[in-house]
Amino acid sequence: MVTGPEVAWWVWPLVLLVLTFVMGILAALGGVGGGVLFVPIVSGFFPFHLDFVRGAGLLVALAGALAAGPGFLKMNLASLRLAIPVALIASTCAIAGAMVGLALPTDVVQTALGATILGIVILLSVAKKSEYPEVEQADRLSSALGIYGVYTEASLGREINWKIHRTVPGLLLFIGVGFAAGMFGLGAGWANVPVLNLVMGAPLKISVATSKFLLSITDTSAAWIYINKGAVIPMMVVPSLVGIMLGSLIGVRLLRVAKPAFVRKIVIGLLLFAGLKAITKGLGLPFIV
Amino acid sequence: MTEDSMTEDSTTPEMNDETNITTDPVADTGPQEEQLLYAKILEVGMFFGLALLLVTFTLYLTRTLPAVIPIEQLSDFWTMNVHDFLESLNEHYLHQEHLLTGWSWLSQVWKGDFLNFIPIAVLSAITIICYMGIVPVLIRKKDRAYVFMAVLEVLILTLAASGILAVGH
Repeated sequence: MVTGPEVAWWVWPLVLLVLTFVMGILAALGGVGGGVLFVPIVSGFFPFHLDFVRGAGLLVALAGALAAGPGFLKMNLASLRLAIPVALIASTCAIAGAMVGLALPTDVVQTALGATILGIVILLSVAKKSEYPEVEQADRLSSALGIYGVYTEASLGREINWKIHRTVPGLLLFIGVGFAAGMFGLGAGWANVPVLNLVMGAPLKISVATSKFLLSITDTSAAWIYINKGAVIPMMVVPSLVGIMLGSLIGVRLLRVAKPAFVRKIVIGLLLFAGLKAITKGLGLPFIV
Repeated sequence: MTEDSMTEDSTTPEMNDETNITTDPVADTGPQEEQLLYAKILEVGMFFGLALLLVTFTLYLTRTLPAVIPIEQLSDFWTMNVHDFLESLNEHYLHQEHLLTGWSWLSQVWKGDFLNFIPIAVLSAITIICYMGIVPVLIRKKDRAYVFMAVLEVLILTLAASGILAVGH
């Protein structure tokens, strides 16, 4: 790989802009957030140090969540009542994760990142999604907190009432989700959706929208740790942010003609490649690139 | 919890046999007041922050404002870990007693590179403002559990933003 000082300063930000544009398209088509692609790929194949990649990754995921949040909230697809207790746990643990991630040696974090990415590959490959999970009865905690809602399902032409169960186990799982989000700067949509959908029983659309909105809170807490630590370089953040957002806009338009299942396989393949690269880089082992 | 959601029967519609879908009408089908308010604040803050970021980055990229680290030298710095980066930044350019952590970037905010930290801080602060905005609504609705959680979230995010928690390698 060509190292940073040997090429003109503008080459890497420009390549970053182009690559994040492509990532934005793939992420939108593949149904994952930009952060989960950004951190392992950019840290594996660019000269930027992992500290700055994680800071940029969090801000990229944060910007995407901030942009999507208002629309989802207004459409009642993202549920504030569901997000507030979840966010309280996830954001607190994201702070702890960010502090630990910035305190540990880089090779340890890089190796752990690779292992986490490979775990995400398995999760994306085997986890089933449920459009309307069966929730026979809301549990006492979710009932007491009034976590339920209604949204209009255009494909069915009717309103869907939803409620959740297994609230306590779901909230406990967000301890790990928040910690990983802060430690690796990954965002956490890859974990939010399965927990909300498969564990807590929220309908898939509610899970996806609430997950996206949740990132705006979880990533905010971790982002502040990186900002205060000085792990933010605007020349990395802004091209990445612009690239991902433009790519996402194009990706959403391509969704009508693309084959999402095929793209999802490409995304999983990319993550597998990037995860292996992260592990070998962390362990100081040779890799094909 | 809200006053009108105290009992499970009144808040949880009957389910059909197979799915989470119900056909029973519910009284309140739209987003609640605090959710719409949150969305409104988030939308305004997000557009303001992103627009500001594009303006400040243009000023930086066009070198309208001088940068602390000359753009040509950036590639010598972004390969370092954050601690070495800050030490090198201080040694070569800032010559200050303390490293540039926490909110001390404010002292360099007239420089092109650090000017970009203003919109980044704005984008990172929107959520705190959104939570602060909905607290009065939740108090008026006597939604005590959510008042408690919202205030706690504001405190946690403010603590994270304060810089007190920044630690080193």
